[in-house]
Amino acid sequence: MTTVNDGVRAEEILIASIADMLDGLSHIAVGASSPVPGAAAMLARARHPDRTRVSVLGSEDNNFFTDGGKELFDCAGQGRIDAFFLGGAQIDGQANINLVSVGNPDKPKVRFPGSFGSSYMYFTVPRVILFRLEHTPRTLVEKVDFISAPGTSEPNIYRPGGPYALITDRCLFHFDREKGRFSLASVHPGHTVEEIREQTGFDYDELAAVPETRLPDAKTLETIRGPVAAQIAEIYPGFAAEVFGIEKAA
Amino acid sequence: MDAIRLDLDGLAARVSDGAKIALPPDYSYCAMALVRAIIARNVRDLHLVGVPALGFQADQLIGAGCVGTVETAAVTLGEFGLAPRFSASIKAAGIRMLDATCPAIHAGLQASEKGVPFMPLRGVIGSDVEKRRDDWVIGQNPFAENDPILMVKAIQPDFAVFHAPLADRFGNVWVGVRRELMLMAHAAKSSLVTAEKIVDGNLLDDPVRAAGTIPGLYVGAIAEAEQGAWPLGIPGGYDADQDELARYVDMARTEDGFAAYMAGTKAVAAE
Repeated sequence: MTTVNDGVRAEEILIASIADMLDGLSHIAVGASSPVPGAAAMLARARHPDRTRVSVLGSEDNNFFTDGGKELFDCAGQGRIDAFFLGGAQIDGQANINLVSVGNPDKPKVRFPGSFGSSYMYFTVPRVILFRLEHTPRTLVEKVDFISAPGTSEPNIYRPGGPYALITDRCLFHFDREKGRFSLASVHPGHTVEEIREQTGFDYDELAAVPETRLPDAKTLETIRGPVAAQIAEIYPGFAAEVFGIEKAA
Repeated sequence: MDAIRLDLDGLAARVSDGAKIALPPDYSYCAMALVRAIIARNVRDLHLVGVPALGFQADQLIGAGCVGTVETAAVTLGEFGLAPRFSASIKAAGIRMLDATCPAIHAGLQASEKGVPFMPLRGVIGSDVEKRRDDWVIGQNPFAENDPILMVKAIQPDFAVFHAPLADRFGNVWVGVRRELMLMAHAAKSSLVTAEKIVDGNLLDDPVRAAGTIPGLYVGAIAEAEQGAWPLGIPGGYDADQDELARYVDMARTEDGFAAYMAGTKAVAAE
């Protein structure tokens, strides 16, 4: 991703937008390999240090679990996690996500790592934010080739959780769980409503006037580039070096 | 009772063809040196259980042709991206893949830990992960009406295979907060463990340390292996060797490159 506006990097716009959706929550959890959501969670915590906890899988400094890999999921099952992030090699218009493969799953064209905890966290965490940096008809599809986790469920299925929003490198969608559809909420600076329609493989709702995603204010930028960047470097040294130009502290 | 103490080759010799072995993810304590010893024995048709995900250990075992079945929530090399030998093997339909989701693996192991046949778990219903598993059943919550719930069949590995910072001569193994290793050890028929250091005293004598210690009861045999997680690191111990991991990922893109890498690593280890 490249610099877009007034020296603000695209990643910084995403981090700030996501943090706004996490404002004031008690416990935000972040899975593996999620530097932008991780930074957003840390920004949300920096804004409410006495209220917001952040758990990052695979981190030593940002992980207070003491009962092994299962504790995150046990916490979610009890309703102790308010927000989580999921991605998808493919995401479709019903918010089904695919983290497994493209083509026939028995002999796939492309194989991805796997579903991780998605098949469970999508049901148990109230605010699941979908995050996908490649916004094209190849990734945002009409129907996923494999459902790692379904976007909606039958009414008799226990499901306090589910999709809340989808943020990409071009825009932010909100998800309406009743309708089972996305609606375009804002367009990031440098992108257009027409371009998003063209680059999205599924149908979605759109208001007559779609606002532009707002740029982070000076205080937010200062927090992102200061404490958040330093904290994220412990977990994602490659990302921190590339985006913020900092190395992991010894 | 004193533990059975072996060297790496002795531990590896206990893993026979077709064994079901539970392995931790890369961020836990991985017995990479033992995995190389298992590969060197040309073991075949292993059933790997990722607890809950797999990484470099699985990619090397798969690349070496040791694996028949992979049961895991994911195979990933983290910031290094897709696992090259795993991806190649899946595309060639060379291994049987049992896709799972993290808490279902934990639930299956917890069932074994308790000696019960299955464990219920929320979520998962309606996913293709669930639809493609004939050892998972959707049942009915007996305490409510019209409340379908997933039941995951117990997972009992033949061996839990892992590394630890510290063990003692009784086979007690300190793992601290890495309690997925405790779960693996409880669920498996036996555990094969390497440790940075094996001390003479009893780790259970110190109540602070005892809480994070797997009792020797669960441990079949141990071997001392300094730097036993290399090129991965151990949390609180040493960092992963990023250059070496990058070299692996680069070379393992092709079958020949993988073979050359493994041959080279074996030569270095022998020195």
